[in-house]
Amino acid sequence: MAELLFWPAFLAYGEAAVAYAGDARRPGSTGRLATWGVRIGWLVQTALLIAQAAGAEGFPWDTWAGSLNLFVWLVVGAYLIWGCKPRFRLLGLVVMPLAALLLAVSYAAGGMDVSGTSRYSSLFLGLHVGLVLAGFAGLTLAAALAGLYLWQERELKRRSSKVLRFRAPSLVTLESLFARTVAFSLPVLTLGMAVGFARLRHGSQLDPLIVLTVLTWAVYGGFLLLRYGAGWRGRRAAYATLAGFVLVVAMQLTVQAGHFG
Amino acid sequence: MSLVLVGTSHRLSPVEVRERIAFDLEAASRLAERMADGGEAVCLSTCNRTELYFSHPDPDLAEALASEALLGDEVELYRMRDEDAAMHLFRVAAGLDSLVPGEGEILGQVRDAYEAGAHGPVLDRLFREALRVGKKVRTETAIAESPASVSSAAAALAQQVFGELGGCKVFLIGAGEVSELAARALSARGAGISAVTSRTEESASRLADAFGARAVPFGELGSELEQADVVVSSTSSPEPILSRDLVPDRKGRPLFVIDLAVPRDVDPAVAELEDCYLYDIDDLQAVVRESLSGRRREAERAEAIVEQEAKRFRDWQASLHVVPAIASLRERAERIRSGELAKAEGRLEGLSESERRTVESLTTQIVNKLLHVPIVRMKEAAATEGAGYVEVARHLFGLGEEEDAQSRKPRQ
Repeated sequence: MAELLFWPAFLAYGEAAVAYAGDARRPGSTGRLATWGVRIGWLVQTALLIAQAAGAEGFPWDTWAGSLNLFVWLVVGAYLIWGCKPRFRLLGLVVMPLAALLLAVSYAAGGMDVSGTSRYSSLFLGLHVGLVLAGFAGLTLAAALAGLYLWQERELKRRSSKVLRFRAPSLVTLESLFARTVAFSLPVLTLGMAVGFARLRHGSQLDPLIVLTVLTWAVYGGFLLLRYGAGWRGRRAAYATLAGFVLVVAMQLTVQAGHFG
Repeated sequence: MSLVLVGTSHRLSPVEVRERIAFDLEAASRLAERMADGGEAVCLSTCNRTELYFSHPDPDLAEALASEALLGDEVELYRMRDEDAAMHLFRVAAGLDSLVPGEGEILGQVRDAYEAGAHGPVLDRLFREALRVGKKVRTETAIAESPASVSSAAAALAQQVFGELGGCKVFLIGAGEVSELAARALSARGAGISAVTSRTEESASRLADAFGARAVPFGELGSELEQADVVVSSTSSPEPILSRDLVPDRKGRPLFVIDLAVPRDVDPAVAELEDCYLYDIDDLQAVVRESLSGRRREAERAEAIVEQEAKRFRDWQASLHVVPAIASLRERAERIRSGELAKAEGRLEGLSESERRTVESLTTQIVNKLLHVPIVRMKEAAATEGAGYVEVARHLFGLGEEEDAQSRKPRQ
């Protein structure tokens, strides 16, 4: 059942990615098609996750491929909050191809399988993985917003005559959005980390994943301090958000390299 | 009734010709009343066009009258009928026939002409549809979204930096006409003009008063820059008046500088400052050029909408031919039904009130069911095959023959 639902979700995300590209080439032409692709794809993926959860005995996304599946759902879900507005369609051009690609990778690596038993069966661990992934999904979206900010800022700086052609959100809006997204995601990540640390047995060794997670947390924590405490704004703030995202990617790769086995 | 359009526009006639047949709203209204002569006429007269729309039983006569009113012997005129005329008006209302595609002023002018005209059922429908199509094109395409002038481009760029301009403070350097135009465009999008400075204090005060702003001495330019979000500079100074050193540290707050002066007022090095965005007149003109080409691209999509709506109007207009025939057919059927019931009155005397109602309802239903298909087919055929089909229906059902026979009877 879960595997059957993968294809419509993947096709809808793919359609949204192509439609966003069409909309960027010719604004206003395929934007609505893209928006519907995102909505339908996300609903189908939700059904897919429910089918997985219903079929599994414990936490069904305990492999890296499974967690990638959940991660894509969280990113697209977060994007849906405001991404369907016409002015945020450029953001979809970044988010949706990535979502389609990661979903395909997850499928190829067995992320749609429903295993009978799970190594992480307790609610305690499900909460840990779920919260950390939700935090990372928010930070991914913040990075996409920061990327869009830098692109828009560069276009305005170099006085491109096409700057008004793409109906992107204003610089001030983007800047405040990526800062607020980080401000929302970091507490979620912190909570997930706290649950994880509580699981660590006394005297257990710190693995690279834990080190990277703490480093990411420190970068984003520092960003929030500078943004809201010292008035760091604009380009510097966007670069700091992207620097944090590099660590998020490194973490995903570490997970893929075998943390979950 | 045919729809007739006679007129000329900037595409056909230069301004020295157009001005000879230009009418203000009152004169256009009088002309429409005179031309309608109890029928329907609307005169649309703007700086780019003068057009007369008629709904008239004799289209040739209507054309001749309009040509005479618009000096047809001396002025080159276009003449269109029915679907072509409707399509033309829809294109005009959508801004597709304007110098700047999608410009918004024309929609108001079409509305004014319609309200001042002598309209009946056909022109009423035509102009209402035109106004709807004009709005639809502007909603469903981006034809009217991009700026078409330097001042509106400056305002649109400011929005691209700040989003809503509601809380933005605009500082004007120079109090000439160019500054005023830019200030109006910014103010129309919600920005507040906070201060005006000029070498001539009087002009600064005049412009400041017009926008409810403060007039500040030219020497205090630096301190005003600290509070401003948008700076518009347009002076006749031969040297730059705004240097990099004058711009204070923005602490992450963006500053949008619009330099409309030639020679330039703002040192190009200002653009190198972080969070500072500088646009000069050439940059803005490039944005306008790009925006106009974008409007032309959108015009292709708008044309498709207009064409579809013109076809819908044609179908409606065609259905008008069939309305009298349908009414006549229904009337004849009802007359036969009630006549036959009256003849049978003697045989129906024994029926109760409820049984009588049943007979009434039954006969009415039989008539309606018999007429349903011919009426639907007649409406469909009127849209595709014109009035000929209606004539066939009239002949088959003998519509109008009784009236003719009665009118031929000698009066007693």
